[in-house]
Amino acid sequence: MRRSMLFIPGNTPNLLMNGDVLGADAIILDLEDAVSPAEKDSARILVRNALKHLNYKGCEIIIRINPVDTDYWQLDLNEVVPLKPNLIMPPKVSCAEDVKIVSNYIAELEEKYGMEKNTVKLIPLIETALGVENAYQIASADERVAAIFLGGEDLTADLRCKRTKEGNEIFYSRSRMVVAARAAGVDVYDTPFTDVDDIDGLYADAAFAKSLGFTGKASISPRHVEGINEVFSPTQAEIDYAHEVMETIRIAKEQGKGVVSLRGKMIDAPIVERARQVIEMEKAMFGEVEDDE
Amino acid sequence: MKITSTAVAGTLESSDVYVKVEPCDALEISIESVVYNQFAEEIEASVKNVLNEMGVESGKISINDKGAIDCVIQARVETAIKRAGGNK
Repeated sequence: MRRSMLFIPGNTPNLLMNGDVLGADAIILDLEDAVSPAEKDSARILVRNALKHLNYKGCEIIIRINPVDTDYWQLDLNEVVPLKPNLIMPPKVSCAEDVKIVSNYIAELEEKYGMEKNTVKLIPLIETALGVENAYQIASADERVAAIFLGGEDLTADLRCKRTKEGNEIFYSRSRMVVAARAAGVDVYDTPFTDVDDIDGLYADAAFAKSLGFTGKASISPRHVEGINEVFSPTQAEIDYAHEVMETIRIAKEQGKGVVSLRGKMIDAPIVERARQVIEMEKAMFGEVEDDE
Repeated sequence: MKITSTAVAGTLESSDVYVKVEPCDALEISIESVVYNQFAEEIEASVKNVLNEMGVESGKISINDKGAIDCVIQARVETAIKRAGGNK
């Protein structure tokens, strides 16, 4: 289960030390934008030591490396891949070739360090107009890709438009990302909501992203994590309904009925699939639950 | 690795440590820390551990610790030494 992904600057010890107590399902240890060029070496070593010595419990570890057009990205991977982070986030990915370059280098490191192939997954950060147009090719470029992630700030700079709270300027990009990811069978994450103090705005933005089909949302502030987790979790009513659907299906099978309805609505394959997804989320959130099938 | 120039790493923020390394014929380690009374020996051991691993036998190492944990101290010392050896 990965609803929230929290960015943590890679050169800030007090935040790195406490990354796993902030409630996020995944933390993104950032070696890119949060680190000045003069401190890239320092952050790389610090993040490597944090991965080696700290026991991050209950959250996935994602490392945002530097872009492939810099001198830093291979140095970043050299330090962190041997420590088996869950995912690597290459930024400014604009085409499938960008993914292959990073994946091939990770494969070299996995072989060098005796790691199982594809131990380390990828979540490409798409934040250019070209990247959005190539979203499906990026999402399906390599079996290492587990998800794609939309970066709204750089994208709007590239689109030459203003980034707004309403987000109308990225509506097309958001929709395209969701369609591309679902077509490729991977997860998809929404851009952070950047007004740290506007919690109502965060809830609205997250709810809109969920309504489009996003799996979850990134955050630049620990204050947004709780809201994101809440929005991207099924409600108790949704969980109860999912169990009702599965129970209805079970009874129908026992009775040899082909078509069944619940609360006056026919239960068809998409409804059953959605119910399964809700129950999967419930299991991820609360552990094993009683199986209705 | 030989310390051939002066270099620094880290910050004076809480939970971090500021490390300065300078060329010197002998090995000199000085430590200031907000937790000096309780952890001075552990900090020195941590610094020496990095120096040994990197093959540093001489140099003046100044540590100004603001409550950093072991892996942070080691990271900052390693960074400063690499910078002082012209290796970024």
